[in-house]
Amino acid sequence: MKQSRRNFLKFAGLSAAGLCLAPTAAALASGGGGAGKAHAVVNAKTLHAKRWAMVVDTRKLNTEEAIETLAEVCHHIHNVPTIPGKQEVKWLWEGTYAETFPEQENNFPSEDLEKRRFPLLCNHCENPSCVRVCPTKATFKRADGIVAMDYHRCIGCRYCMAACPYGSRSFNFMDPRPFMDMDKINKKFPTRMRGVVEKCNFCVERLAIGEMPACVEKSSGAITFGDLQDPDSSVRKVLRENFTIRRKPAVGTEPGVYYII
Amino acid sequence: MYNGGKIITGLVIFIGLVSLPFWANMGGSYEQPKIELPKNSTECIAPKEEMRTSHMQLLNDWRDMALREGKRTYISASGKEYTISLQNTCMECHTSKAEFCDKCHTDAGVTPYCWDCHVPPKEAK
Ligand code: SF4
Ligand code: SF4
Ligand code: SF4
Repeated sequence: MKQSRRNFLKFAGLSAAGLCLAPTAAALASGGGGAGKAHAVVNAKTLHAKRWAMVVDTRKLNTEEAIETLAEVCHHIHNVPTIPGKQEVKWLWEGTYAETFPEQENNFPSEDLEKRRFPLLCNHCENPSCVRVCPTKATFKRADGIVAMDYHRCIGCRYCMAACPYGSRSFNFMDPRPFMDMDKINKKFPTRMRGVVEKCNFCVERLAIGEMPACVEKSSGAITFGDLQDPDSSVRKVLRENFTIRRKPAVGTEPGVYYII
Repeated sequence: MYNGGKIITGLVIFIGLVSLPFWANMGGSYEQPKIELPKNSTECIAPKEEMRTSHMQLLNDWRDMALREGKRTYISASGKEYTISLQNTCMECHTSKAEFCDKCHTDAGVTPYCWDCHVPPKEAK
Protein backbone atom coordinates (compact mmCIF):
# COMPACT_ATOMS: atom_id res chain seq x y z
CA MET A 1 0.00 0.00 0.00
CA LYS A 2 2.72 2.44 1.05
CA GLN A 3 4.77 1.49 -1.96
CA SER A 4 1.95 2.16 -4.38
CA ARG A 5 1.15 5.57 -2.89
CA ARG A 6 4.80 6.47 -3.22
CA ASN A 7 4.79 5.38 -6.86
CA PHE A 8 1.63 7.29 -7.51
CA LEU A 9 3.11 10.53 -6.14
CA LYS A 10 6.28 10.05 -8.15
CA PHE A 11 4.28 9.54 -11.29
CA ALA A 12 2.04 12.54 -10.54
CA GLY A 13 5.08 14.75 -9.97
CA LEU A 14 6.65 13.68 -13.22
CA SER A 15 3.43 14.29 -15.14
CA ALA A 16 3.09 17.75 -13.65
CA ALA A 17 6.66 18.59 -14.62
CA GLY A 18 5.95 17.31 -18.11
CA LEU A 19 2.87 19.47 -18.41
CA CYS A 20 4.86 22.53 -17.41
CA LEU A 21 7.51 21.83 -20.00
CA ALA A 22 5.13 20.94 -22.82
CA PRO A 23 4.34 24.48 -24.05
CA THR A 24 8.03 25.34 -24.22
CA ALA A 25 8.77 22.13 -26.07
CA ALA A 26 5.94 22.80 -28.49
CA ALA A 27 7.16 26.34 -29.09
CA LEU A 28 10.69 25.06 -29.70
CA ALA A 29 9.43 22.37 -32.05
CA SER A 30 7.48 24.83 -34.17
CA GLY A 31 10.63 26.93 -34.42
CA GLY A 32 8.74 30.10 -33.58
CA GLY A 33 9.20 31.22 -37.18
CA GLY A 34 6.55 33.37 -38.83
CA ALA A 35 6.87 31.82 -42.27
CA GLY A 36 4.48 29.03 -43.09
CA LYS A 37 1.67 30.34 -40.97
CA ALA A 38 -0.57 33.15 -42.09
CA HIS A 39 -0.38 36.21 -39.86
CA ALA A 40 -0.93 39.94 -39.85
CA VAL A 41 1.53 42.76 -39.31
CA VAL A 42 1.39 46.53 -39.09
CA ASN A 43 1.85 48.25 -42.48
CA ALA A 44 5.45 49.17 -43.07
CA LYS A 45 4.46 52.74 -44.00
CA THR A 46 2.24 53.37 -40.93
CA LEU A 47 2.83 56.63 -39.07
CA HIS A 48 3.30 55.95 -35.38
CA ALA A 49 2.72 58.05 -32.27
CA LYS A 50 2.33 57.38 -28.59
CA ARG A 51 -0.58 59.81 -28.50
CA TRP A 52 -1.94 61.52 -31.59
CA ALA A 53 -3.15 65.09 -31.12
CA MET A 54 -4.21 68.07 -33.21
CA VAL A 55 -3.62 71.80 -32.85
CA VAL A 56 -5.88 74.18 -34.80
CA ASP A 57 -4.59 77.70 -35.40
CA THR A 58 -7.83 79.68 -35.39
CA ARG A 59 -5.94 82.85 -36.34
CA LYS A 60 -5.44 81.26 -39.74
CA LEU A 61 -8.48 79.04 -40.05
CA ASN A 62 -11.67 80.76 -38.94
CA THR A 63 -14.14 81.34 -41.73
CA GLU A 64 -17.21 79.31 -42.54
CA GLU A 65 -16.03 78.78 -46.13
CA ALA A 66 -12.54 77.61 -45.18
CA ILE A 67 -13.89 75.10 -42.65
CA GLU A 68 -16.55 74.00 -45.13
CA THR A 69 -13.80 73.16 -47.66
CA LEU A 70 -12.14 70.87 -45.11
CA ALA A 71 -15.46 69.27 -44.21
CA GLU A 72 -16.15 68.57 -47.87
CA VAL A 73 -12.86 66.71 -48.26
CA CYS A 74 -13.37 64.77 -45.05
CA HIS A 75 -16.96 63.89 -45.88
CA HIS A 76 -16.07 62.88 -49.39
CA ILE A 77 -13.25 60.48 -48.53
CA HIS A 78 -15.26 58.93 -45.72
CA ASN A 79 -18.53 58.70 -47.64
CA VAL A 80 -20.43 60.86 -45.17
CA PRO A 81 -23.87 61.57 -46.66
CA THR A 82 -25.42 65.02 -46.98
CA ILE A 83 -28.75 64.72 -45.22
CA PRO A 84 -30.59 67.98 -44.63
CA GLY A 85 -32.22 68.80 -41.31
CA LYS A 86 -31.95 67.23 -37.91
CA GLN A 87 -30.89 63.79 -39.17
CA GLU A 88 -27.64 65.09 -40.66
CA VAL A 89 -24.42 63.13 -40.27
CA LYS A 90 -21.24 65.12 -39.67
CA TRP A 91 -17.60 64.41 -38.94
CA LEU A 92 -16.24 67.95 -39.26
CA TRP A 93 -18.34 71.08 -38.90
CA GLU A 94 -18.08 74.62 -37.58
CA GLY A 95 -19.36 76.75 -34.73
CA THR A 96 -19.07 80.17 -33.11
CA TYR A 97 -16.86 80.90 -30.12
CA ALA A 98 -19.83 80.53 -27.78
CA GLU A 99 -20.78 77.19 -29.28
CA THR A 100 -17.22 75.93 -29.20
CA PHE A 101 -16.21 77.13 -25.74
CA PRO A 102 -19.49 77.55 -23.84
CA GLU A 103 -17.78 77.58 -20.43
CA GLN A 104 -15.12 80.08 -21.43
CA GLU A 105 -17.46 82.70 -22.83
CA ASN A 106 -17.00 86.33 -22.03
CA ASN A 107 -19.71 88.99 -21.94
CA PHE A 108 -17.87 91.51 -24.15
CA PRO A 109 -15.71 89.58 -26.63
CA SER A 110 -13.48 91.30 -29.17
CA GLU A 111 -14.98 91.92 -32.60
CA ASP A 112 -12.45 89.57 -34.11
CA LEU A 113 -13.40 86.72 -31.81
CA GLU A 114 -17.08 87.34 -32.34
CA LYS A 115 -16.66 86.90 -36.08
CA ARG A 116 -14.46 83.82 -35.95
CA ARG A 117 -15.73 80.33 -36.70
CA PHE A 118 -14.11 77.24 -35.20
CA PRO A 119 -13.71 73.82 -36.77
CA LEU A 120 -15.33 71.13 -34.62
CA LEU A 121 -14.72 67.38 -34.67
CA CYS A 122 -14.33 64.44 -32.32
CA ASN A 123 -11.66 65.40 -29.78
CA HIS A 124 -10.23 61.90 -29.38
CA CYS A 125 -10.28 62.49 -25.65
CA GLU A 126 -7.77 61.12 -23.16
CA ASN A 127 -10.68 60.02 -20.91
CA PRO A 128 -13.38 59.42 -23.49
CA SER A 129 -16.79 59.13 -21.86
CA CYS A 130 -18.14 57.58 -25.06
CA VAL A 131 -15.81 54.61 -24.63
CA ARG A 132 -16.75 54.17 -20.99
CA VAL A 133 -20.46 53.86 -21.71
CA CYS A 134 -20.38 51.81 -24.90
CA PRO A 135 -21.84 48.41 -23.94
CA THR A 136 -20.43 46.52 -26.93
CA LYS A 137 -16.97 48.11 -27.10
CA ALA A 138 -17.84 49.24 -30.61
CA THR A 139 -16.23 52.51 -29.53
CA PHE A 140 -12.77 51.92 -28.15
CA LYS A 141 -9.53 53.77 -27.55
CA ARG A 142 -6.48 52.61 -29.42
CA ALA A 143 -3.02 52.52 -27.85
CA ASP A 144 -2.09 55.65 -29.84
CA GLY A 145 -4.97 57.63 -28.32
CA ILE A 146 -7.32 57.51 -31.28
CA VAL A 147 -10.91 56.85 -30.27
CA ALA A 148 -12.07 54.51 -32.99
CA MET A 149 -15.32 52.90 -34.01
CA ASP A 150 -16.00 49.33 -35.08
CA TYR A 151 -19.28 49.76 -36.93
CA HIS A 152 -19.71 45.98 -37.14
CA ARG A 153 -20.35 45.91 -33.45
CA CYS A 154 -22.40 49.06 -32.96
CA ILE A 155 -25.96 48.25 -31.91
CA GLY A 156 -27.16 51.83 -32.18
CA CYS A 157 -28.02 52.24 -28.52
CA ARG A 158 -26.69 55.82 -28.67
CA TYR A 159 -25.29 55.79 -25.13
CA CYS A 160 -22.12 57.27 -26.62
CA MET A 161 -24.07 60.19 -28.06
CA ALA A 162 -25.54 60.94 -24.67
CA ALA A 163 -22.12 60.61 -23.06
CA CYS A 164 -20.11 62.79 -25.45
CA PRO A 165 -20.07 66.33 -24.09
CA TYR A 166 -19.20 67.74 -27.52
CA GLY A 167 -21.95 66.35 -29.73
CA SER A 168 -19.27 64.76 -31.87
CA ARG A 169 -21.35 61.80 -32.94
CA SER A 170 -24.05 61.29 -35.50
CA PHE A 171 -26.67 58.59 -35.66
CA ASN A 172 -27.70 57.08 -38.98
CA PHE A 173 -31.45 57.34 -38.82
CA MET A 174 -31.69 55.89 -42.29
CA ASP A 175 -29.68 54.24 -45.03
CA PRO A 176 -27.15 56.92 -46.05
CA ARG A 177 -26.65 55.68 -49.62
CA PRO A 178 -29.63 57.48 -51.20
CA PHE A 179 -28.05 60.72 -49.94
CA MET A 180 -24.77 60.17 -51.76
CA ASP A 181 -23.86 60.14 -55.39
CA MET A 182 -22.96 56.46 -55.51
CA ASP A 183 -20.99 57.01 -58.75
CA LYS A 184 -18.72 59.49 -57.02
CA ILE A 185 -18.19 57.90 -53.63
CA ASN A 186 -14.75 56.87 -52.41
CA LYS A 187 -14.63 53.19 -53.35
CA LYS A 188 -11.74 52.57 -50.96
CA PHE A 189 -13.84 53.33 -47.88
CA PRO A 190 -17.11 51.72 -46.81
CA THR A 191 -20.37 53.53 -46.20
CA ARG A 192 -22.34 52.91 -43.02
CA MET A 193 -25.65 51.17 -42.52
CA ARG A 194 -28.81 52.41 -40.89
CA GLY A 195 -28.76 52.29 -37.10
CA VAL A 196 -25.10 52.90 -36.27
CA VAL A 197 -23.35 55.90 -34.77
CA GLU A 198 -20.38 57.47 -36.54
CA LYS A 199 -17.78 60.21 -36.09
CA CYS A 200 -14.35 61.48 -37.15
CA ASN A 201 -11.72 58.74 -36.93
CA PHE A 202 -8.58 60.95 -37.04
CA CYS A 203 -8.10 59.37 -40.47
CA VAL A 204 -6.68 56.07 -39.14
CA GLU A 205 -6.94 54.60 -42.63
CA ARG A 206 -4.65 57.35 -43.94
CA LEU A 207 -2.15 57.13 -41.04
CA ALA A 208 -1.91 53.41 -41.87
CA ILE A 209 -0.56 54.20 -45.32
CA GLY A 210 1.74 56.96 -44.18
CA GLU A 211 -0.50 59.93 -44.90
CA MET A 212 -1.61 62.77 -42.63
CA PRO A 213 -5.33 63.31 -41.95
CA ALA A 214 -7.13 64.86 -44.90
CA CYS A 215 -8.21 68.04 -43.07
CA VAL A 216 -4.65 68.60 -41.86
CA GLU A 217 -3.29 68.21 -45.36
CA LYS A 218 -5.92 70.54 -46.80
CA SER A 219 -5.54 73.24 -44.12
CA SER A 220 -2.41 74.86 -45.62
CA GLY A 221 -0.60 74.73 -42.32
CA ALA A 222 -3.40 75.92 -40.05
CA ILE A 223 -3.77 72.49 -38.45
CA THR A 224 -0.83 70.63 -36.90
CA PHE A 225 -1.01 66.91 -36.22
CA GLY A 226 1.53 64.87 -34.29
CA ASP A 227 2.66 63.04 -31.19
CA LEU A 228 1.74 64.71 -27.91
CA GLN A 229 4.13 62.50 -25.94
CA ASP A 230 7.15 63.41 -28.01
CA PRO A 231 8.67 66.72 -26.77
CA ASP A 232 10.28 67.27 -30.18
CA SER A 233 7.10 66.77 -32.20
CA SER A 234 5.42 69.41 -34.31
CA VAL A 235 2.39 69.63 -32.02
CA ARG A 236 4.51 70.09 -28.93
CA LYS A 237 6.40 72.85 -30.70
CA VAL A 238 3.24 74.83 -31.55
CA LEU A 239 1.82 74.18 -28.09
CA ARG A 240 5.02 75.54 -26.56
CA GLU A 241 4.96 78.68 -28.66
CA ASN A 242 1.26 79.59 -28.51
CA PHE A 243 -1.57 80.09 -26.07
CA THR A 244 -4.08 77.29 -26.56
CA ILE A 245 -7.36 76.22 -25.01
CA ARG A 246 -9.39 73.05 -25.21
CA ARG A 247 -13.16 72.57 -25.24
CA LYS A 248 -15.10 72.17 -21.97
CA PRO A 249 -12.18 71.58 -19.59
CA ALA A 250 -14.59 71.13 -16.66
CA VAL A 251 -15.99 67.82 -17.92
CA GLY A 252 -12.57 66.21 -17.54
CA THR A 253 -12.39 64.25 -20.80
CA GLU A 254 -9.04 65.87 -21.72
CA PRO A 255 -9.55 66.54 -25.44
CA GLY A 256 -6.78 65.76 -27.91
CA VAL A 257 -7.70 68.78 -30.05
CA TYR A 258 -6.19 72.14 -29.06
CA TYR A 259 -7.16 75.59 -30.35
CA ILE A 260 -4.76 78.52 -30.71
CA ILE A 261 -6.83 81.64 -30.07
CA MET B 1 -58.71 8.79 -23.04
CA TYR B 2 -61.45 10.64 -24.87
CA ASN B 3 -61.11 10.67 -28.65
CA GLY B 4 -57.68 8.99 -28.40
CA GLY B 5 -57.80 7.74 -31.96
CA LYS B 6 -58.68 11.10 -33.39
CA ILE B 7 -55.93 12.85 -31.47
CA ILE B 8 -53.29 10.39 -32.59
CA THR B 9 -54.43 10.53 -36.22
CA GLY B 10 -54.38 14.32 -35.98
CA LEU B 11 -50.87 14.29 -34.54
CA VAL B 12 -49.59 12.02 -37.27
CA ILE B 13 -51.06 14.24 -39.97
CA PHE B 14 -49.64 17.32 -38.25
CA ILE B 15 -46.13 15.92 -37.99
CA GLY B 16 -46.32 14.75 -41.58
CA LEU B 17 -47.29 18.21 -42.76
CA VAL B 18 -44.69 20.00 -40.68
CA SER B 19 -41.91 17.78 -41.98
CA LEU B 20 -43.14 17.98 -45.57
CA PRO B 21 -40.26 20.18 -46.77
CA PHE B 22 -37.87 17.62 -45.35
CA TRP B 23 -39.52 14.73 -47.23
CA ALA B 24 -39.77 16.77 -50.39
CA ASN B 25 -36.03 17.40 -50.36
CA MET B 26 -35.06 13.81 -49.68
CA GLY B 27 -33.16 11.98 -52.35
CA GLY B 28 -32.31 15.15 -54.24
CA SER B 29 -28.65 15.79 -54.84
CA TYR B 30 -26.97 19.12 -54.17
CA GLU B 31 -25.06 20.58 -57.00
CA GLN B 32 -22.51 23.25 -56.28
CA PRO B 33 -23.22 26.51 -58.04
CA LYS B 34 -20.91 27.50 -60.87
CA ILE B 35 -19.06 30.55 -59.72
CA GLU B 36 -16.96 32.87 -61.81
CA LEU B 37 -13.30 32.77 -60.81
CA PRO B 38 -11.03 35.80 -61.12
CA LYS B 39 -9.44 36.19 -64.51
CA ASN B 40 -6.60 38.37 -63.38
CA SER B 41 -5.15 36.14 -60.70
CA THR B 42 -4.46 32.47 -60.13
CA GLU B 43 -3.97 32.32 -56.40
CA CYS B 44 -6.12 33.33 -53.45
CA ILE B 45 -4.81 34.41 -50.06
CA ALA B 46 -5.42 30.86 -48.77
CA PRO B 47 -6.14 27.46 -50.38
CA LYS B 48 -9.50 27.12 -52.08
CA GLU B 49 -10.87 24.59 -49.59
CA GLU B 50 -9.97 26.81 -46.68
CA MET B 51 -11.60 29.84 -48.29
CA ARG B 52 -14.69 27.83 -49.12
CA THR B 53 -15.27 26.64 -45.58
CA SER B 54 -13.97 29.50 -43.49
CA HIS B 55 -13.84 32.78 -45.40
CA MET B 56 -16.31 34.16 -42.88
CA GLN B 57 -13.99 33.43 -39.95
CA LEU B 58 -11.12 34.92 -41.89
CA LEU B 59 -13.07 38.11 -42.60
CA ASN B 60 -13.99 38.28 -38.94
CA ASP B 61 -10.30 38.00 -37.97
CA TRP B 62 -9.36 40.57 -40.60
CA ARG B 63 -11.81 43.03 -39.15
CA ASP B 64 -10.29 42.77 -35.68
CA MET B 65 -6.73 42.86 -36.99
CA ALA B 66 -7.28 45.99 -39.07
CA LEU B 67 -9.60 47.95 -36.80
CA ARG B 68 -8.56 46.94 -33.33
CA GLU B 69 -4.93 45.89 -33.59
CA GLY B 70 -4.06 48.32 -36.38
CA LYS B 71 -2.47 45.51 -38.38
CA ARG B 72 -3.42 46.01 -42.00
CA THR B 73 -0.91 43.82 -43.82
CA TYR B 74 -1.65 40.11 -44.12
CA ILE B 75 1.14 37.66 -44.80
CA SER B 76 -0.34 34.48 -46.20
CA ALA B 77 0.96 30.98 -45.51
CA SER B 78 2.82 31.17 -48.82
CA GLY B 79 4.55 34.35 -47.69
CA LYS B 80 2.72 36.81 -49.95
CA GLU B 81 1.62 40.20 -48.62
CA TYR B 82 -1.92 41.52 -48.93
CA THR B 83 -3.71 44.60 -47.65
CA ILE B 84 -6.34 43.59 -45.11
CA SER B 85 -9.49 44.87 -46.76
CA LEU B 86 -12.65 43.29 -48.10
CA GLN B 87 -13.26 46.16 -50.45
CA ASN B 88 -9.75 46.82 -51.65
CA THR B 89 -8.32 43.31 -51.71
CA CYS B 90 -11.04 40.66 -52.06
CA MET B 91 -13.18 42.68 -54.44
CA GLU B 92 -10.16 43.56 -56.57
CA CYS B 93 -10.01 39.98 -57.81
CA HIS B 94 -13.61 38.93 -57.36
CA THR B 95 -14.91 41.75 -59.47
CA SER B 96 -18.43 40.41 -59.73
CA LYS B 97 -20.48 40.09 -56.59
CA ALA B 98 -23.37 38.58 -58.56
CA GLU B 99 -21.26 35.91 -60.23
CA PHE B 100 -19.15 35.03 -57.22
CA CYS B 101 -20.51 35.88 -53.78
CA ASP B 102 -24.21 35.83 -54.50
CA LYS B 103 -24.24 32.45 -56.23
CA CYS B 104 -23.28 30.46 -53.14
CA HIS B 105 -25.00 32.77 -50.68
CA THR B 106 -28.29 32.45 -52.55
CA ASP B 107 -27.94 28.69 -52.76
CA ALA B 108 -27.12 28.37 -49.09
CA GLY B 109 -29.95 30.72 -48.18
CA VAL B 110 -27.74 33.19 -46.32
CA THR B 111 -27.89 36.96 -46.69
CA PRO B 112 -24.76 38.45 -45.17
CA TYR B 113 -25.10 42.19 -44.64
CA CYS B 114 -21.51 42.99 -45.63
CA TRP B 115 -22.82 44.95 -48.61
CA ASP B 116 -24.84 47.32 -46.49
CA CYS B 117 -21.52 49.10 -45.87
CA HIS B 118 -18.81 47.63 -48.09
CA VAL B 119 -19.21 48.72 -51.66
CA PRO B 120 -19.13 45.92 -54.23
CA PRO B 121 -17.53 46.69 -57.60
CA LYS B 122 -19.83 48.11 -60.22
CA GLU B 123 -21.42 45.32 -62.21
CA ALA B 124 -21.39 45.70 -65.96
CA LYS B 125 -25.03 45.65 -67.01
S1 SF4 C 1 -15.18 64.04 -28.34
FE1 SF4 C 1 -16.91 62.81 -27.68
S2 SF4 C 1 -16.93 61.14 -29.14
FE2 SF4 C 1 -14.90 62.06 -29.31
S3 SF4 C 1 -13.63 60.90 -27.84
FE3 SF4 C 1 -14.40 62.69 -26.74
S4 SF4 C 1 -16.23 61.92 -25.72
FE4 SF4 C 1 -15.76 60.45 -27.34
S1 SF4 D 1 -24.46 53.45 -30.26
FE1 SF4 D 1 -22.89 51.98 -30.88
S2 SF4 D 1 -20.94 52.98 -30.40
FE2 SF4 D 1 -22.55 54.13 -29.33
S3 SF4 D 1 -22.60 53.24 -27.28
FE3 SF4 D 1 -24.13 52.12 -28.49
S4 SF4 D 1 -23.02 50.36 -29.35
FE4 SF4 D 1 -21.47 51.80 -28.58
S1 SF4 E 1 -9.07 63.93 -38.94
FE1 SF4 E 1 -9.83 62.91 -40.79
S2 SF4 E 1 -11.80 62.11 -40.15
FE2 SF4 E 1 -11.27 63.64 -38.63
S3 SF4 E 1 -12.19 65.55 -39.36
FE3 SF4 E 1 -10.10 65.48 -40.17
S4 SF4 E 1 -10.34 64.57 -42.20
FE4 SF4 E 1 -12.20 64.12 -41.07
